[in-house]
Amino acid sequence: MPAGPARSPADNRLLTLPDEPAREAGLGGFLDAKPDVFGVYVHVPFCRDHCDYCAFSVAVGQEHLAERYSRAIERELAVWKDRGVPLPADTVYLGGGTPSRLPPRLLAEILGSIPRRPGAEVTMEVNPEDLTDDALAAWVAAGVNRISLGVQATCAHVLAGIGRRQDASAGMQAAGLVSAAGLDSWGVDLIIGSPSETDADLLQAIESLSALEMPPSQVSCYLLTVESRTRLARDWRRHPDEEVLSRRYELADEALAAHGYQWVEISNWARPGGGCRHNLATWSGAEYLGLGPSACSHWAGRRWENERSLRRWLACVEAGGSAVAESEVLEPYQVILERLVLALRTPSGVPRSALAGAIDTYPELAELLDPSGEMLVLNRRGRLLCDAVAGYLDPAALG
Amino acid sequence: MKTITCSLTRYAPGAVSGSRPIRNFSIISHVDHGKSTLSDRILELTHAVDPRLMREQYLDSMDLERERGITIKAQNVRVHWRDHVLHLIDTPGHVDFTYEVSRSLAACEGAVLLVDASQGIQAQTLATCYQAIENDLEIVAVLNKIDLPAADPERCATEIERVLGIDSSQILRISAKTGEGVPALLDAVVERVPPPSGSPETPLRALIFDSAYDQYRGVVSSIRVVDGVLRSGSRIRFMQAGSTHEAEEVGIRSPASTPVDQLGAGEVGYLVAGIKDVGRARSGETVTSAERPAPEPLAGYRDPKPMVFCGLFPLDGDELPELRDALEKLKLNDSSFTFEPESSKALGFGFRCGFLGLLHMEIVRERLEREFDLSLIATAPSVAYVAHLTDGSEIHFENPSDMPEASRLDHVDEPMLRATVIVPSDYTGTVMELCQSRRGEMLRMEYLSPERLELVYRIPLAEVVVDFFDQLKSRTKGYASLDYEPAGTQTANLVRVDVLINHVPVDAFSTVVHRAQADSYGRRMTEKLRSLIPRQLFDVPIQAAVGGRVIARETVKAKRKDVLAKCYGGDITRKRKLLERQKEGKKRMKSIGRVEVPQEAFVSALRLDDDR
Repeated sequence: MPAGPARSPADNRLLTLPDEPAREAGLGGFLDAKPDVFGVYVHVPFCRDHCDYCAFSVAVGQEHLAERYSRAIERELAVWKDRGVPLPADTVYLGGGTPSRLPPRLLAEILGSIPRRPGAEVTMEVNPEDLTDDALAAWVAAGVNRISLGVQATCAHVLAGIGRRQDASAGMQAAGLVSAAGLDSWGVDLIIGSPSETDADLLQAIESLSALEMPPSQVSCYLLTVESRTRLARDWRRHPDEEVLSRRYELADEALAAHGYQWVEISNWARPGGGCRHNLATWSGAEYLGLGPSACSHWAGRRWENERSLRRWLACVEAGGSAVAESEVLEPYQVILERLVLALRTPSGVPRSALAGAIDTYPELAELLDPSGEMLVLNRRGRLLCDAVAGYLDPAALG
Repeated sequence: MKTITCSLTRYAPGAVSGSRPIRNFSIISHVDHGKSTLSDRILELTHAVDPRLMREQYLDSMDLERERGITIKAQNVRVHWRDHVLHLIDTPGHVDFTYEVSRSLAACEGAVLLVDASQGIQAQTLATCYQAIENDLEIVAVLNKIDLPAADPERCATEIERVLGIDSSQILRISAKTGEGVPALLDAVVERVPPPSGSPETPLRALIFDSAYDQYRGVVSSIRVVDGVLRSGSRIRFMQAGSTHEAEEVGIRSPASTPVDQLGAGEVGYLVAGIKDVGRARSGETVTSAERPAPEPLAGYRDPKPMVFCGLFPLDGDELPELRDALEKLKLNDSSFTFEPESSKALGFGFRCGFLGLLHMEIVRERLEREFDLSLIATAPSVAYVAHLTDGSEIHFENPSDMPEASRLDHVDEPMLRATVIVPSDYTGTVMELCQSRRGEMLRMEYLSPERLELVYRIPLAEVVVDFFDQLKSRTKGYASLDYEPAGTQTANLVRVDVLINHVPVDAFSTVVHRAQADSYGRRMTEKLRSLIPRQLFDVPIQAAVGGRVIARETVKAKRKDVLAKCYGGDITRKRKLLERQKEGKKRMKSIGRVEVPQEAFVSALRLDDDR
């Protein structure tokens, strides 16, 4: 790959910003509910290992670039500030990769450069093995007020099965430390449904988390997904079974409900007020700016995605300040379609009219949805078929 | 039509072969036994083609012919050898074109039987040779490829002597590739093939043995004058078609088309008569003079009759007009296939087409795809049945959907073939097994040599059109050869198997089979469709039924899970694009009984990878 600042034509189009923001007025009450908040997402690509299931943009053994990376994030942010992104931010989300691999000093510098409103949520994804009392204190000092802990699994055989190189006890140990830190809101990620996992393993993980003194306010359970071009993809013996995945999902939903967690999105359950505001906003169509390699942005009627590789992103940002790889302006119907698709994944649901025509032809759809006023919300079985249902959404029927 | 610019003109325009004696002969040969190579050598030896313009398989003008090593359109060429005029008439080389072959043979007095000395005589060659012998043609038997290490001329000669009664000492040995023995072969043609008889004084009778459409000149027919003289500019009458034309141009091919004033009795050449459709100048037509017509046409004319049928549908429904256009154009050059509009619930609008046989069907389909750039779906081939109803009436049908209800049926007759298979004796068992599984009844078995035998079966055509030839080839490692000819009809216990998706019959999969095979066909189709139809939100039953009775059932289980676990950042765009693509894709789906079935599923299910 050429390391030069290979900027795509999409980038040049973007440089002509600011455009008129896409007109969303008059799209109906459903669409007017878009939250008036702005988020900043920072992709931190550094990882110690490449997990077998992971298809994210990660950089293993590249920590020597962390300093340059931090400078480039600040530079990229400055460019977008000049172009008028609506800062200060209401939420900041540090995702990865492994943000906890970033030295606290650099973390503090990055966060220091992002203007935030008072009371803004600052979430950081953390790898359990990076979490110590000192590290936690340093992150909090840097401005982090919410931790998303990548436990993934609490048993050695489940971790081995999904190909995550992590000590089995590290997850719960780190969870204990976060629990004791007194954060208002924190979350745990689990990967469920792998062939190496049993029903009991999953229930055990949920039990242990709920039993903490200050349990996570949010639990995310991701059905194991085989992404192409991963080590997992090449090892079919570790591929999950559809029936097992479905049952595990239902099991998780039941167990979490029993512990006071309600689903807030297909793969996320939270106690009241304990969900990640940044992600909740994303799902309701809010705008955000993505910084770092592979980060995605949504602003002014556009969506765009940065260069995926760390080196290419660095080269672009250092050369010109922007590293957009792909960009598109959303047509009005695309805006509606996105909003519907996202809303279908949440308990807000979609207006009945968006599915009324399909339900006439396919009464089976009705069995997957619960009415909630004028909205239709996926039930447990329906959530497992969310994408199939989304295929029937008719954006033209809103209006 | 081939247009070649060959500078060589041996004849002053208008000259006939005059006093020079004529020999008309064709080459009977199996695919790959070297006919085209031998033709090339003959053209070279007789200096008919400028060496600079010579290329391989000179006479095969269609790409398809060169690729498949077969001749689809008959060609003819006039060459000179030792003060004789030789007309080499190239015959179509496949079982589907037996009638065309018979017309080509009728234009000759002799035939060169060309056999690959490493392989021996093959079934079709033998059948054509029998045909030639019946027509009193002099056979000049030749073993080719004697330069190959695997050649076994002794064995092959013994075989030919045994089967055809040709003295093995009379059998020539050549290598068309190196040219060895080819002059001797031409000498033998001159010596052994009798000159044409026929009087220039009697009224004109000329045989059309091939017609091709040329976009500039209209139909150009290959013609053999049997009696009388065919003059350029004269008024002529086509005795079978009952039409009158002007002989706009009469000429010879040497091999460049060269106009002449007239063709005399015994001569072979071409005729252009201002005809726009090859269907009006069919093989077997007798041309006579309009002013002085012959009392009787030449014997042996037959209307071409389609034997094998299938539906052809454009993969993209919008291409229907293009398909119609292409069929009409192709028909200009091939009067033997038929087509009429058909509509299918599963496949949309298309055409029901009739062909002389399987190869013919494949060729037409391939030409449509190649020369007209169309993507087609073909239904399973079917044959022409006669349904005798209980009220005493008859219904002819070839589309399974048109088969009458069982309650109205007295019996059904199906077309039969007499099929000849020649095969090394090691494969006897597997060939017998195949023929029996296809309801074949053995008529005869004969050893041609200790190593090879001939098996003759009476077998339903319907069993042969579905994958029989491929099965025969694969079971015998390519060593078996097949020939067949129509052999009347037989009454059979036939039923129509319908395939239902979510209780709705899919016309494209309906098939007429023998009752004993209904279950296995039903199971095969339902299993195949189960694996091809995407899972839906509900269980989809796939059934095969005869009449109202279900004989096989599979279920496409409802989807249990269809959801992306993660939906952050770039996932949102990916998800939306996926949905947009799906919406596009739905345009290519057919909805049957509320089941969205992708076009590809039909295509795959109709593929003839038979596993019987």
